[in-house]
Amino acid sequence: MKKWNVKTMTPGQYFALIGIVTAVFLAFLYVSPKIFSDYTITVLGNIYIFIILAVSYNLINGVTGQFSLEPNGFVAIGAYVTAILMLSPELKEEMYMLAEPLPLIRDVFLPNPFFALLISGIVAALVALTLAFPVFRVRGDYLAIVTLGFGFIIRIFLINNPQISNGSMGLDSIPPFASYFWIGVATLITVILIYNIVYSKFGRAMKSVRDDEDAALAMGVNTFWTKTSAFMTSAFFEGIGGGLMASSIGSISPDQFTFMLTFQLLIIIVLGGLGSMSGAILGTFLFIGGMEVLRPLDETAWHLGPIHGIPGLRMVVFSLLLLLLMLFARRGLFGDKEIWDYIKIRRNNG
Amino acid sequence: MDFSFIIQQVVNGFSLGSMYALIAIGYTLVYGVLRLINFAHGDIMMVGAFLAFIFVGLLTGWKFENVTMPVFLTAVGFSIILTAFIGVLTYVTAYKPLLDKNAPKISLLITAIGISFFLESLFNVIANQYFGGNYQSFYFPKWFSQVLHFGDVTVPILTILVPIITLLLLGLVLFILFKIKVGIAIRALAFDIQTVKLMGADSNKIIAFVFALGSALAAIGGVAYAMAYPSIDPYMGVLVGLKAFAAAVVGGIGSVTGAVIGGFILGFVEVAIPGFLPELGGWKDAFAFILLIFVLLFKPTGIMGIDFERQRF
Repeated sequence: MKKWNVKTMTPGQYFALIGIVTAVFLAFLYVSPKIFSDYTITVLGNIYIFIILAVSYNLINGVTGQFSLEPNGFVAIGAYVTAILMLSPELKEEMYMLAEPLPLIRDVFLPNPFFALLISGIVAALVALTLAFPVFRVRGDYLAIVTLGFGFIIRIFLINNPQISNGSMGLDSIPPFASYFWIGVATLITVILIYNIVYSKFGRAMKSVRDDEDAALAMGVNTFWTKTSAFMTSAFFEGIGGGLMASSIGSISPDQFTFMLTFQLLIIIVLGGLGSMSGAILGTFLFIGGMEVLRPLDETAWHLGPIHGIPGLRMVVFSLLLLLLMLFARRGLFGDKEIWDYIKIRRNNG
Repeated sequence: MDFSFIIQQVVNGFSLGSMYALIAIGYTLVYGVLRLINFAHGDIMMVGAFLAFIFVGLLTGWKFENVTMPVFLTAVGFSIILTAFIGVLTYVTAYKPLLDKNAPKISLLITAIGISFFLESLFNVIANQYFGGNYQSFYFPKWFSQVLHFGDVTVPILTILVPIITLLLLGLVLFILFKIKVGIAIRALAFDIQTVKLMGADSNKIIAFVFALGSALAAIGGVAYAMAYPSIDPYMGVLVGLKAFAAAVVGGIGSVTGAVIGGFILGFVEVAIPGFLPELGGWKDAFAFILLIFVLLFKPTGIMGIDFERQRF
């Protein structure tokens, strides 16, 4: 339902708003390490990376309405590509213990973080194209199962090809370019870019596919390419998020990118409201905060009356939370609306 | 590479394929009726195996070595009934409210993933709390692992028994679908859910029966799987469930016979490729998805060629 009483902004006002948001956020990034403890800053950095992942996951699941379970696969690709590009040939020679690295893998060296992340994103997007092509040609239903399977295959690939990925040992000493400040900057850029995609002609095509695919097709929207390119865009940013994750943690292994990661992101975007960017951002804060608050549930020392903490209990609580959300609050916090829909200001985009 | 080796691989492929087939039937039935990929189905199979393990434990006083044939069959019987009940429970508590509210399909799929993860983490906690670890050995009467000799080929009884049971169950499912009233109702529901409701049939009861039937078959598949590997763990259903779904698509989703054929094909592929090309052994788990992608590219309707616009089951 379109609200016609929304005030739209002129391009000048829009760029002024973006400028103000950027300035405030950059100031916060600069000041926060001086105010908060190291622990808080680590959690905040983690939240920023999850915002990148949640907002881009929301693009395919929420905005385009195609149920996909891909993030862990593409995050793994991004993390490994960034790590392989950023590690020097000598270091790789030393690190690959299970097998000699392939000459190509050993010699490729791109110490510039910007280009390394860009290439990670592009590789993830190309893999997304090869996955999405067979699926969207048939019917969107199979996307979930193909992407879920892909998440397992990528892990099998990483473990079984030590000459590429150093097998189950993983890679370490990845250069820590992803400091708190630069993760924040990358998050800001991602959010602004995806905002502009969602409110462009392309974004409207995605929403039309979600709301009524047949009608969209009848109105001349190329639904196949809309779905495929939405999937690729989301993979691109997930690859970049993976690269940032690799650099901020410093070491990666195949077991870091299990289905658990995808499940967490799914809860985040459902909690925030499928299709809402501000919901995805707020959902990330709530979820990661909630994970920290519920941490005692996993520790046997904790007890509340007769209830004791049991390892794994936290995930039981979170999966129940997801089921209850679907039953009683299917629209999440914001539904498919945004914060700015409530204050009735939106960019004038024709 | 002699003849007996090939026969051995064929028998093993049949046996593994039967387990996939038993689970794939459940996927195909639910997909046929609700057009829903029931992600929780693989975990229902895990629940079946776990419950059989627990019932064997209860009936033998947790002295698993003493398990005898009547005790084992009773435990499996209880497990099948309880698993069918749990399958119906997932429909009644989670899917039905969404269907009643005419929720978009993506909500149903998210719920399916939620149920799947809930069952996994629940049994993870149960296994860690009461059995002291995720991985548990699965005990069954020695009779199943007796080895039969056919010339050079040696086969455990279990390996032959599982395909036979699967084919009998396929016959049973086909009999229900085509000869019994509730089965005819299921096919009608798959054809047009609205008209069936208008005709005064209680669609909820029919769908609940579909879930019960699928879950019971998954429980049998789960017990067979647990006996073949002799161990169980809370996450065993994830990969098997995914592969069984791939098998259902390969055979033609919506077709019960197709699901069994797809399961057998997948079983053969998974046994034959590592058997003849050992260097690909580490990739065993990936074959199902490569097969799935190829089927989607070249014959999306699968082997039985079910086109949902024209025919059902």
